[in-house]
Amino acid sequence: MSDTPFDRAAKATPPTVASKIRGLSDRAIAWIFVLPTIFLLLAVNIFPLIWTINLSFTNFRANRPNREVEYIGFRNYERILTDSDIWLTMQATAHFLFWTIFFQVLIGFTLAWLINRKFRGNDLWTTLIVLPMMLSPAVVGNFWTFLYQPQIGLFNYGISFLTGVDPSSFQMIGDVTLAPWSIVIVDTWMWTPFVMLICLAGLRSIPDYIYEAAEIDRASQWRQFWTITIPMVLPFLMLAVLFRGIENFKMFDLVVQLTGGGPGSITELTSINLKREAFEKWRTGYASAYAIILFVTVFGLASIYVKALNKVKER
Amino acid sequence: MTGFFQGLMRFRRGPWEMLASILIALGVVMLMQPLVMWAYTYSFIVTLTGTVMFIVVSHFPD
Repeated sequence: MSDTPFDRAAKATPPTVASKIRGLSDRAIAWIFVLPTIFLLLAVNIFPLIWTINLSFTNFRANRPNREVEYIGFRNYERILTDSDIWLTMQATAHFLFWTIFFQVLIGFTLAWLINRKFRGNDLWTTLIVLPMMLSPAVVGNFWTFLYQPQIGLFNYGISFLTGVDPSSFQMIGDVTLAPWSIVIVDTWMWTPFVMLICLAGLRSIPDYIYEAAEIDRASQWRQFWTITIPMVLPFLMLAVLFRGIENFKMFDLVVQLTGGGPGSITELTSINLKREAFEKWRTGYASAYAIILFVTVFGLASIYVKALNKVKER
Repeated sequence: MTGFFQGLMRFRRGPWEMLASILIALGVVMLMQPLVMWAYTYSFIVTLTGTVMFIVVSHFPD
């Protein structure tokens, strides 16, 4: 009879160690398995968070580590929450958040609704639509800068073809009014498939007998859509909105690669602004307070998300 | 509506979580709105109150 890996491990364990392990309770063994993870969680997540909270009450600068650190109370928070420039970055983030979520939900749900209808090549279309989501944000940002080029960019030529406007007459990335929309378009292009997949899961979870019962009651397609499809997909849609909301609140790589926060600071989202404060101006204490404000906001939104998730589970 | 207030008075989880969620959402709106500076200034305290409240009330009985 061949030995299993467990048998070999048991034989290789010295008798003194084996006797000690045999004497341990199930609970103690469970703790031995869980402890490394708890330690890692404390070291990687909890300790940096506590340290950041501590730094947020100081005037510490990471580029001057030998300078005496002073505790300045809530002054960093006061400065951030009365700074009109940061308020503008919050508004830029709000614009980005609102419109990306709006378009992603609208297009994502429509695509899911179309894909859910059984037709030839259904799986191929699903794979093709999902492709942008699989790319790296840095790669997407890089190739969209080429697509947005006024002289050679395909996007400008596409718009020119549809509207008749001269392709070199407008700059998506360089124009103050168009730049915020350029990042909305790219994020929508990249993440609509994600919303589509969530909506598709919702649509496929609706049992056919509900529609059959509605047909027997002579409910029109329009009525079936508003009284069966929408209410049953709503929790999934809500989840998609919260997922994308939290993710886009932290958006950094795609926008840095695409516009770098410009022109001026018109597309400077909070995460880009925070990086500048922390690693260009080296105002570590100030940036820590800024990070805590963003963290509390995202954590609050995540709490609502968990509540919504529990409601979906209950259904 | 009466049930909501009764739930609040009896320290039930559902209505209190709802209240905390409203505070968080209000704080986020205040943080990002482009209209009044004072709303932006007080947004963090509203969000923080909502978030701490959410953590506390999630331990209330159903």
